[in-house]
Amino acid sequence: MVRLEKRLNPNRTVAMLTPLLAVLLTMLAGGIMFALLGNDPFEAIRVIFWDPLFAEPFASYSRPQLLVKAGPLILIAIGLSIGFRAGIWNIGAEGQYIMGAICGAAAGLAFYPSESPLIFPLMVLFGGLGGWAWAMIPAVLKVRFGTNEILVSLMLVYVAENILAMVSTGVLRNPEGMGFPGSRNLGHWDAASNPELIEGTGMHWGVALSLVVVIATYVMMTRHIRGFHVRLAGEAPRAARFAGVNPTRIVIFCLGLAGALAGLAGLFEVSGPAGQITIDFASGYGFTAIIVAFLGRLHPVGILLAGLLMALTYIGGELAQLLLGVPAAAIQLFQGMLLFFLLAMDVFTNYRVRFGTTKVTA
Amino acid sequence: MDLSAIDPALLVAALMVSATPILLAALGEMVVERAGVLNLGVEGMMIIGAVTGFIVGFNTEVPALGFVAAAFASALLALAFGLLTQVLLSNQVATGLGLTLVGLGLSALLGKPYEGMKAPTLSQIDFGPLSDLPFLGPVLFGHDPVVYLSLLLVLVVWYVIKHTRVGLILRAVGENHDAAHALGYKVVRIRLAAIAFGGSLAGLGGAYLSLVRLPQWTEGMTAGAGWIALAIVVFASWRAGRVLIGAYLFGGLTVLQLNLQAAGVTIGVQYLSMAPYLITILVLVLITSGKGRGSHAAPASLGRAFQQSR
Amino acid sequence: MIRNLLLASAATLGLATAAAAQDPTEACFVYVGPIGDGGWTYQHHQGALAVKETYGDKVNVRWQESVPEGADSERVITQMALSGCDIIFTTSFGYMDPTNAVAAKFPKVKFEHATGYKREHSNVSSYNSRFYEGRAVVGHIAGRMTKTNKIGYIASFPIPEVIMGINSYYNHAKAVNPDVELVVTWVYTWFDPAKEADAARAMLDQGVDMITAHTDSTAPLAEIAKEGGSAFGFGQASDMSAFATNDDGSMGPRITSIIDDWSPYYVKRVGQLMDGTYEQIDSWGGMPEGEVVIGPMTDAIPADVQAEAQGMIEAITAGEYHPFTGPMFNQAGEQFLADGETIEDGPLLGMNFYVQGITAEIPN
Repeated sequence: MVRLEKRLNPNRTVAMLTPLLAVLLTMLAGGIMFALLGNDPFEAIRVIFWDPLFAEPFASYSRPQLLVKAGPLILIAIGLSIGFRAGIWNIGAEGQYIMGAICGAAAGLAFYPSESPLIFPLMVLFGGLGGWAWAMIPAVLKVRFGTNEILVSLMLVYVAENILAMVSTGVLRNPEGMGFPGSRNLGHWDAASNPELIEGTGMHWGVALSLVVVIATYVMMTRHIRGFHVRLAGEAPRAARFAGVNPTRIVIFCLGLAGALAGLAGLFEVSGPAGQITIDFASGYGFTAIIVAFLGRLHPVGILLAGLLMALTYIGGELAQLLLGVPAAAIQLFQGMLLFFLLAMDVFTNYRVRFGTTKVTA
Repeated sequence: MDLSAIDPALLVAALMVSATPILLAALGEMVVERAGVLNLGVEGMMIIGAVTGFIVGFNTEVPALGFVAAAFASALLALAFGLLTQVLLSNQVATGLGLTLVGLGLSALLGKPYEGMKAPTLSQIDFGPLSDLPFLGPVLFGHDPVVYLSLLLVLVVWYVIKHTRVGLILRAVGENHDAAHALGYKVVRIRLAAIAFGGSLAGLGGAYLSLVRLPQWTEGMTAGAGWIALAIVVFASWRAGRVLIGAYLFGGLTVLQLNLQAAGVTIGVQYLSMAPYLITILVLVLITSGKGRGSHAAPASLGRAFQQSR
Repeated sequence: MIRNLLLASAATLGLATAAAAQDPTEACFVYVGPIGDGGWTYQHHQGALAVKETYGDKVNVRWQESVPEGADSERVITQMALSGCDIIFTTSFGYMDPTNAVAAKFPKVKFEHATGYKREHSNVSSYNSRFYEGRAVVGHIAGRMTKTNKIGYIASFPIPEVIMGINSYYNHAKAVNPDVELVVTWVYTWFDPAKEADAARAMLDQGVDMITAHTDSTAPLAEIAKEGGSAFGFGQASDMSAFATNDDGSMGPRITSIIDDWSPYYVKRVGQLMDGTYEQIDSWGGMPEGEVVIGPMTDAIPADVQAEAQGMIEAITAGEYHPFTGPMFNQAGEQFLADGETIEDGPLLGMNFYVQGITAEIPN
């Protein structure tokens, strides 16, 4: 018989080792898949995990790109993780990300072509507000009517996608774009652009903010009463109420923060790497961030690492397609396997495996 | 604008066909959630069902076999989720999302040789003169067997959950797994069975898309149907009858907005395309804010991991 | 490992001496969807394969599918340039700004962007296809064949390319059938088979019997097939010949098709790069260049209509007929083309209004 016994404290060494083991298992299973598809498995694995970091001529370009890709994922995932800790299931970050980008870009474009230094701060403000307001819809409905936030936030993703299509072919359409959909390119307008802060590092305002947020969240969750309340609300809702935690406030705080961070991620993306509002601006960051949040075990540092790992599989996966002709679907499957193995390994962090014929009381 | 061009009977008949895939998938997911498990991988299971159904239907030229194979394949994939979440106690939300990634990737690889092909499809059941009845003919007697099967399944699931011992145990496990365990029920086994059942229905829904609704295989062809099925479960507040209403309402709104467009209604097309989602939210608010809120609550153990020797 | 070193060094060399004579030319393609979409991306990939077929060992063809527009595409294009691509074709409108941004950093690499208008650097060319020529032909067929006098258009997004297609389709139907009525449904997606089928179903239920689609999948054709021969449709982007006959051997719903054939353009441009005659261009080819092809017509189309359609194809191919030839009026009744005047490419590319006779309104 094999049975599991909960560890009183998650084992740190195991917590560090299991992700490595999971990555090794993924390489093994993924290698078999690549071999079946007719690729050299060793080469495929190397191109995905090694080349983006160390093989020139790609590495010096893709190392900074890791930050660019991971930045929004981390920013959104941190916001979501705080809600998840409190038992608030916002799975509509994608919608909040889109609305943040739209509101922020619209706030800036209203003043085109002004070169005022206030434009970018204004856009940041409206980006955060847009995401916050979009998240307030499920928050208020939950507080006021007890409506399930999972469903409302998910439905609002589809509404946001429709609004995105509407504004990119409507009010935000570039008047000089010959009728084509899509806004002006913010990257070509100095007052509104979010460029690399230091050339060649990939570090833009959004990446910088995500690093700050990682630290701030760590401090809040471990040292601050608000963090304690959030954890209490999630782990022992009844005890939380006795401790004077106002559940309404927790809902408003968690959804609002997650929405604002997702909105900011959208704004920094649209003013930086993406450049413009288009029909296809949304690229699934909001959903991928949910995976990142759980891969990082809802811990700020874990999320930082998970975001970087996820970004690596994206960029490495692109290289594998380009250099080896691996189909995009195989990369998707590979990412799914990595996720499965990482999640499966979680069990060893939180539980002790006991072998032997113990009498199980059931 | 010419609203008289819309024939209500044809509209209802069209929405029944359009809603069948999400109805099947949502019904399965409802059973899973009733057992206290949240599986967000419906999209992945549907598309695996779609590709398996197509491959088997195409090669055997027997669509029914395609449906059976689809149910098995998706149940198998669902059991991978079950193994991770129930035995290895991984987080259900993240595992479900991972399941979708795996399903989308795997189906695309498996389906490569079948792109652009046509599969044999199910024909309508012949009801003779009944099909020619006004209104009732196209609505009740003009469909393929799977439409009727999906309605029958709604009835069966409703009956089993509400009136049988199996249903009682399922609900007990979903409401309070510790108590159910104390009463001697095998929580993990029951949940695995529910997960497999949910997977097989999602597979049937996917196969309906690839063998009847569209009949074709194209990468990513479910295009979000699995997510809508998830929404319908919550919308239905975990009741079989309401799953039917939810699926038909949702399918109906999509069909209706396209019909309104075709009839030349010019009030903002883009508002019409987001209407199904907005109305779902509205209805949800109405039912949760009304009387008897307690009866709409989610299963108490939903999404929580169960660990035996606590 | 050794192969990696070779690959990496080949790539660096490729950067330094962009087109060394004996090295194979590296032609790279960025696709917006999966190759198996059966429509847009599939056709671009056919073009890429035609390049390989034509030049054999002298060329290396590489590609990447399902590349999201925006930030991801800029990275993918950069990685292509770094990996030694000599010419990069970016095959979706949304790649326009990223293509130009990367082109600035790699002046020795040639960039070709599909369906856009920006050429900010001398190494960026743009190319597009005159799909509206195909719409004219199928519009003519639809107008001649409809029995209910209702013809349908499944539209994706309200952008000029779609609107000029709708206008062209309607105008040529009306020219041969003054009673024809146009039904447009916007699905706000390029690819969602179930929704495309629903849109076709809504039109069929309202008596539309000729449908053309501006979306990628074959789902509308499969839906039309359920009418048992009383309604017809057209293949879109690819030939979709699987729907030309039904399983029982009867006439299928697809009576002809508008095929995007990118091979002539791709083969020409890669060839020019190899023989040194390559220059920056803005190309908008159509039937004369073999980029818009009308697929085989089935016998569901009456012989005289086939002959008329063939005549129109020949006239367009010979440059004798332009589908946007005046007199033409907009919905408000204002004339925008004088008698015999043909439209300039500029206004056509930015077309954002319906022609007279269409009763619907463009969203927004």
